[in-house]
Amino acid sequence: MSLTLTLHTQPDVPLEAETIVPQRFDGMDAKKVAAAKVLYGNQPAALGDFFRVEGRPDGELRVVGNLSWIKMIGAGMTHGRIVIEGNVGMHLGAAMSGGEILVDGNVADWVGEEMSGGRIVVKGNAGHLVGSALRGESVGARGGEIIIHGNAGNEVGGGMRRGLIAVGGNSGDFTGVSMLAGTVVVLGQLGIRTGAGMKRGTVVSCKPAELLPTFSYACSYRPVALRLVLGYLRSRGLAISDAQFFGRYRRWSGDGVETGRGEVLLLE
Amino acid sequence: MLINGVTVVDTFAEAFAMSGTRVLITAENEKWAEAAARTMTGFATSVIGCKCEAGIERVVAAGETPDGRPGVMVLLFATSADGVGKRLVERIGQCVMTCPTTACFNALQSENTVVVGGLLRYFGDGFQASKQFDGRRFWRVPVMDGEFVVEERFGVQPAVGGGNLLLLGEDLPPTLSAAEAAVNAMRTVPGVILPFPDGVVRSGSKVGSRYKSVIASTNDAYCPTLRAVSKATALDQETGCVLEIVIDGLDVDAVREAMRRGLRAAAIPGIRQISAGNYGGNLGQYKIELRSLL
Repeated sequence: MSLTLTLHTQPDVPLEAETIVPQRFDGMDAKKVAAAKVLYGNQPAALGDFFRVEGRPDGELRVVGNLSWIKMIGAGMTHGRIVIEGNVGMHLGAAMSGGEILVDGNVADWVGEEMSGGRIVVKGNAGHLVGSALRGESVGARGGEIIIHGNAGNEVGGGMRRGLIAVGGNSGDFTGVSMLAGTVVVLGQLGIRTGAGMKRGTVVSCKPAELLPTFSYACSYRPVALRLVLGYLRSRGLAISDAQFFGRYRRWSGDGVETGRGEVLLLE
Repeated sequence: MLINGVTVVDTFAEAFAMSGTRVLITAENEKWAEAAARTMTGFATSVIGCKCEAGIERVVAAGETPDGRPGVMVLLFATSADGVGKRLVERIGQCVMTCPTTACFNALQSENTVVVGGLLRYFGDGFQASKQFDGRRFWRVPVMDGEFVVEERFGVQPAVGGGNLLLLGEDLPPTLSAAEAAVNAMRTVPGVILPFPDGVVRSGSKVGSRYKSVIASTNDAYCPTLRAVSKATALDQETGCVLEIVIDGLDVDAVREAMRRGLRAAAIPGIRQISAGNYGGNLGQYKIELRSLL
C-alpha cells in the first residue's frame, strides 16, 4: 500500500506542509512520517497532529481530505507521484523540478509557482497565479507542465520562461503577463489584458478575445507547432476538439511595449 | 540449393556497420510529403559517392503523425553518427525546409542523438522560436508559407548497410521482372530501405581499380560482356544479365528478413542463379549466408 495521509483534524489556520513530498519520506516508516515537522500558523507541529499515516513510501503518496488550508504540498518535489483526493491549498508544487502531482479537486492560488520540471494535473479549478513568479521575482515557471481541466484565475503564467500551462476552461485577467517564453493554452475565454508586457512566448485561446492596443495582427494560419502542443495535451486527457486541433488561428504579435516577439493565437 | 527451380549459390552477402536514423516528414497532403521525401533521398544511393544512403521506408497515414497530416518515413544511413547529423542538416535544410507545407520530426528513439533543428533554426535570422514539452524541442522557423517546424534532435543508432542479392538471369526482361518482384517483397519489411533507383542497381562495384584515384570500379565478375575476358567472371555462358538489390537496415534482422523475402520473390523462370556480393569476408562486420535464409 502506498503511503497515505488522511486529514483527521481540520486546522483552524493554514498549515504549511512542504514536508509532504515523496523524496522526504524515502526510507521512513509511518511513525517517522507522522513525526515530520509542519508549521501550524506560526507554531511548529507534527504531521501526525493532523494526518493519519498509513502504508509505506513506494514513490507514490496519497493525500486525502479537504486540504484547502494545507499549503505547500509538493513544494520542491524532485520525483515520485502525489495523488490528492480533495481540494488543496496554496503553493501546490511550488518550485518543483520533477515528478507528478494529480489533484482530484480544486487548487488555490500559486499552483506550480516557479516550477522547473515535472507535471501538475488538476481535475477541477485553479486559483490565481498558476505557474507564476512570486511577487518581487521576475521569472515564473522555468519548465514542466500544469494542466488545469477547469477554470483558472488571474495572471496564469506570469513571468513564465519555459514550460506548458493548459487551462481547459476560462482564465482570468492578465493571462501570460510579463511572459518571457513558454506556452499557455486556454481552451475557453481569456480575461482582459492578455499578454501584457510579454517579451516572447505563446498564449492560445479557442475563443475570441479583445487584446491590448499594443498587440499587432499578423496573419491567419494553421500553425503546425500548435497542433503538436494540442495533440500532446489531448494525449494527456484534455478534451481538444478537431476544430481546435485543425483550426485556423489569428496571430497577434506583442507586447509592443516590450520586444513584440510574443504571440497570441486566437481560434477563428 | 534450389528455390522454384532457381539455383541459390552457397555464398554470403557481406554487410557493413553503419549509423542510421529515421525521419518523419509531414505535409498538407501526401503529394507534398512525398515530394520532400523524394528530394531528400535523391542522390543518396551509395556512401561511396553520396556520403550517405537514404530511401523512403513507408507512407504514414495522417492519423499516425503528431500534426495530424499525411507523412512519409525516411531512413538515412552514413558511416558514423556524426555523418548522419551532417547529412540530415544538409538534406532537411535543402530538401524539406524548402518544400511547401512540410514539417520534420525525429522518428527514432535512441540515447544517441544529433542536433538538426538546433542548427537549422538559424535560418530564422532571430525570428525563430521553439516549443518544448514532453522532453522534446521543436523549432519554428518562419518561412513564406507560414512556419517550418523541425525537431531539435534526431536519434541515431547502429545500423547495417550493404546487404545484397545478385540476380543472374538469361536475359534482361526476366531479370528486370525478378528484380521488381523482389523489391516489392522487400519493401514490406519495416526498418529497411533499398537506396538505388527503385531499389535496383546495375553497376555493381568491386573495391579498387587499376586507376589509383578510383576507389571502386565495375564488378567485372558479374558483367556478361566481360565473361570471355575477365579472369574473375562468375557467370556461365547462359547468363545475359545481372541486377543487384542493395539493402540497408536499422538492424541486421531487418536486412536478413528483407533478403529472405526478396530471394523467394525473385526465383522466377528466366533466373538462372541468385547469389550475393562479398569481399571474401574481410571487410564487412556481417556475413549473411544465403543458405540461412532458405
